[in-house]
Amino acid sequence: MREITYSVRAGDIEHGGTSSAWLKVELRKEGVSEELARRAGVIAFEGEMNLILYATHGGTLRVAVNDTQIEIELHDDGPGIEDLDLAMTPGYSTAPYWAANLGFGAGMGLINMERNADRFEISSRIDEGTRIVCWIDRRNDDASP
Amino acid sequence: MKFAEVMELLNGEMLEGVDVSDMVIDRAYAADLLSDVLALTDERTTLITGTISPQVIRVADILNVIAIIFVRGKRPPQSVITYAQRVGIPVMCTKKTMFESCGLLYANGVRPCKNRPVSGSGSGCAK
Repeated sequence: MREITYSVRAGDIEHGGTSSAWLKVELRKEGVSEELARRAGVIAFEGEMNLILYATHGGTLRVAVNDTQIEIELHDDGPGIEDLDLAMTPGYSTAPYWAANLGFGAGMGLINMERNADRFEISSRIDEGTRIVCWIDRRNDDASP
Repeated sequence: MKFAEVMELLNGEMLEGVDVSDMVIDRAYAADLLSDVLALTDERTTLITGTISPQVIRVADILNVIAIIFVRGKRPPQSVITYAQRVGIPVMCTKKTMFESCGLLYANGVRPCKNRPVSGSGSGCAK
C-alpha cells in the first residue's frame, strides 16, 4: 500500500465506512498490528463519515504508511467548522435529526479521532474547508519490521 | 455464557449461519450511536444495539466485535445480514429492549467491557 487515497462522496450514507473497513484490511497486509490497524480504522471511519455528513462536496481520505508511522489525512473544501473548540466538545453535534436514526450524531467523532492518534492536528476555515491529520506511531508496534 | 445460551435467554433469533458453537459471550457494550460504540477499547466484546444501518457491521468489523445483538425487535436488511456473514460476525435479534437484554445478560454473568468515558474536566460527568 504505502500510500492510498479514497474519494468520499457527500451524502453517500449507504457506502459510509466502506473505505475505512478496506483500509484496515490493507494495513494488516502491510504488516501493521491488529491494534494499530484498529485505531487507524476508527480514525478513518469517523473522518469518512464526517466527510459524508458535513462536507459540501465530500472530500478525500489519504493514508500513508511507512515503517515508523501511519499518517491519515482528511481534507474537504467546505463549509468549514465555525468553532473548533465547540466541535471538540464531547457530545456536541450538528448532525441532522435523520442521521441519529442511522446511528450518527453522538458528538464524539473528532474526539475519537484524537484519542486514537498519537498526534492530531485540525485546521478549518469557513468557506475554505477542513484538514485533519492524524499520526499513529509504529515504532513500538509489535508487528513492525 | 455460550452464544446459544444467550439466544435462549433473550428468546432471540439467529440471523445468519456463522458457526457459534464454541463462542463464549463474557463482555458486552450497549449503544445506538456509532461514535459511542467506537469509544470502546476492549476487543472480543459483544455489541448490543438498536441501530441496523450497514455502518454497524463496518464499525464492528473495525473494532473486532465478536457478535451483535439487535434489540427492540429491530431486524437489519438482508444486505446487512449478508455483510455480517461475509466478515464472520454472528448476528441475532431479540424483541426485548436494550435495558432488559442488558439486565438479563448481566444477571447471568456477562460484564461491561472497558471503554473510554468522556473525562470529567468541564464537559463530562464528574464521577
